Amino acid sequence: MSTEAKTHPLVVSVSPHVRGEESISKIMWTVNFALLPAFIMSVYYFGPRALYVTGLCILTAVLSEHIYQKALNKKVTSNDGSAFLTGLLLGMNLPSGIPFYIPVTGSFVAVVITKMLFGGLGYNIFNPALIGRAFLLITWPKLMTKWPMPTANFLEMDAKTTATPLGLLKEEGLAKLIEHFGDKAALYKSLLFGSTAGSLGETSAIALLLGAAILLYKRYITWHIPFSFLGTVALAAWIFGGKEGLFTGDPVIHLLSGGLILGAFFMATDYVTCPTIRKGQLIFGVGCGAITMLIRLKGGFPEGVMFAILLMNCFAPLIDRNVRPKQFGAVKAVKEVKK
Amino acid sequence: MSRAATFERGIHPEESKELTAHKPVVTAPLPARVIIPLSQHAGAPAKAEVAIGDTVKKYQLIGSPQGFVSAPVHASISGKVTAISEFPHPSGRLVPSIVIESDGLDEGLPLTDNKDYMDLDADRIKALVKEAGIVGLGGAAFPTSVKLSPPKEKPIDTVIINGAECEPYLTADHRLMVEKPQEIVNGLKLLMKSVGVKKGYIGIEKNKPDAIDIMQKAVSGESNIEVIPLTVKYPQGAEKMLIKAVKGREVPSRGLPMDVGCVVQNVGTALAVYEAVRFGKPLIERVVTVTGNGVREPKNILARIGTRISELLDLSGGLVDSAVKVISGGPMMGFAQWSLDVPVIKGMSGLLVLTESEYVSSEEYFACIRCGRCVDVCPIGLNPSMLSILAEKGHYEEAKDYNLFDCFECGSCAFVCPAKRPMVQFMRLAKSQVKP
Repeated sequence: MSTEAKTHPLVVSVSPHVRGEESISKIMWTVNFALLPAFIMSVYYFGPRALYVTGLCILTAVLSEHIYQKALNKKVTSNDGSAFLTGLLLGMNLPSGIPFYIPVTGSFVAVVITKMLFGGLGYNIFNPALIGRAFLLITWPKLMTKWPMPTANFLEMDAKTTATPLGLLKEEGLAKLIEHFGDKAALYKSLLFGSTAGSLGETSAIALLLGAAILLYKRYITWHIPFSFLGTVALAAWIFGGKEGLFTGDPVIHLLSGGLILGAFFMATDYVTCPTIRKGQLIFGVGCGAITMLIRLKGGFPEGVMFAILLMNCFAPLIDRNVRPKQFGAVKAVKEVKK
Repeated sequence: MSRAATFERGIHPEESKELTAHKPVVTAPLPARVIIPLSQHAGAPAKAEVAIGDTVKKYQLIGSPQGFVSAPVHASISGKVTAISEFPHPSGRLVPSIVIESDGLDEGLPLTDNKDYMDLDADRIKALVKEAGIVGLGGAAFPTSVKLSPPKEKPIDTVIINGAECEPYLTADHRLMVEKPQEIVNGLKLLMKSVGVKKGYIGIEKNKPDAIDIMQKAVSGESNIEVIPLTVKYPQGAEKMLIKAVKGREVPSRGLPMDVGCVVQNVGTALAVYEAVRFGKPLIERVVTVTGNGVREPKNILARIGTRISELLDLSGGLVDSAVKVISGGPMMGFAQWSLDVPVIKGMSGLLVLTESEYVSSEEYFACIRCGRCVDVCPIGLNPSMLSILAEKGHYEEAKDYNLFDCFECGSCAFVCPAKRPMVQFMRLAKSQVKP
């Protein structure tokens, strides 16, 4: 076609005229995918109830976002994977033996109140899934801390409940906790593979780390938050966590339990609610770790990851305003020429 | 090849240079008419020195510079001036322009070969460069003579020739280095002489190994000129990034290359300097890469300034049916055109035609999710996420606190943004609303 024959108008738009491959939905679905190993482990240990609870969370999350956007005549983004992810994360943060209205309420609070009412994805201040869980924990404290024993035998499901490892540690001390599992090696092994009591998705450290590795490899998350978070917890657990004085604590138990791995890699790293600047993310991670250990060692709850992340979410905008990336040309010109 | 020099951060868009990288430059036929804008450079527009009805010869001055930061323009063909009025310009605006109808003779003012051109002194070189109307041919079109005349308190010790050509698709500089290496080196030597420096560099991205080889051979006899292979990364060819890669110096915030003793000139500019100083030849033509999947036969074309881009597109086999966007320059920083009647100007390095399937809409975008990808790639170390949010909300003054005016609109942030936000548009909006 000669240019003379060119009749339809040319598109004029701002540069750049080529774009990269990433999109919000691609990122969100990849994070969902990265949670798959931990989800499979939760079904293995907690049986059909894991499917039931998580499924209810996801369904409520996606539906409530869809209905909200339809009702208010907004652009419908309920299939971008973000509501799905909120539902999945909330489900993984719940115990298995809860009645249906708990996941449904939690998901609604997470998606509609925490995210949509603040303006939707990008504008929320707090991690939606964690606000959902905090709401549930405060509203139904008994039901939310009833931990069924994990078992690979579906028939025994809901038969017995028990305390979580951190609950035991807090109430009865390290010696009792080890005794409960036989020996230290058995305790570590249970923590790694997830055969301990706890929320659905928090128990298997190995499965969570596999998913985290995917996200790190894809550069969907960077090391800054998880490693500063985990490092602070390990250090604080080692220094202050022991009953026999300073530097006698067991960091491994603290690292592998209480939803720390799930929180550090999948929840604290939520783009919207953590700082944008890498240096700021280190501050954020250290803050999360410090508050987690403060709650675990001195607070009323055996676990502190959820409140730690939510509290640090408040600081994210402040950190972003005060930490700047290394700016090009911040050096003085005169000095450079003389060199 | 040894370790390549580079800068921090940046992006890796698909290069797409294979369309034209190995195609020798072809000369466009004499156009029947040229439209020569009086403003083809940064700074004040030139003033018309001819009237409608005048006959002009090729190389004849038709617009004289107004002020220090300005440049003269010359007739690129011989013929008759038929109109002096506002015409569409690749920048998207209407610009006062002189239209010349060709007499078909292509008769030029006589050029003389000054064989002793290397013996000319610095002031004479600068004067010849200024008279020839040479501006930066990389795209910014800053008058070259101004760059060569820094104030006394800014001593210059280095001249760098920019052969990075980091914009995807473009190969005009690549072809010039392969086809006219000696002329470019001579241009560099003249530039070095004009600012009185002993050290010259030619920075070339490693995706042009043939150009690196040829330029290395061309400088083999010159102990004070070095070819620096550069990492293939966008925006490696931005002045500040190039200086950082080659000399390790950082141009200060809001500063100029001369603040760190450097003068940077594009490959094509060096060639134009050589031709101006040796032959007294004004800048009336340049190489334009006509490329993209939207043209049938992508080419590197030597075209007269003022040739309508439709002629270059036709020369490249015309547009394919699915062509939707014609861009002056590269895909990262180029300007989308609304008319194919705009002329080739001094700063036009390429014409890129994109097809429907390659077109990315910037109309539908989402709220910033603060993923930080833009912060990780911004070559200047800004927080584009914050800047875009401030601009979106109308907090323009506050954007200044985040060094808004250090942004040179390279588009790296927009390239990586998963929310597909029109980052460059936000920056321009904010810049237009506040004083620097």
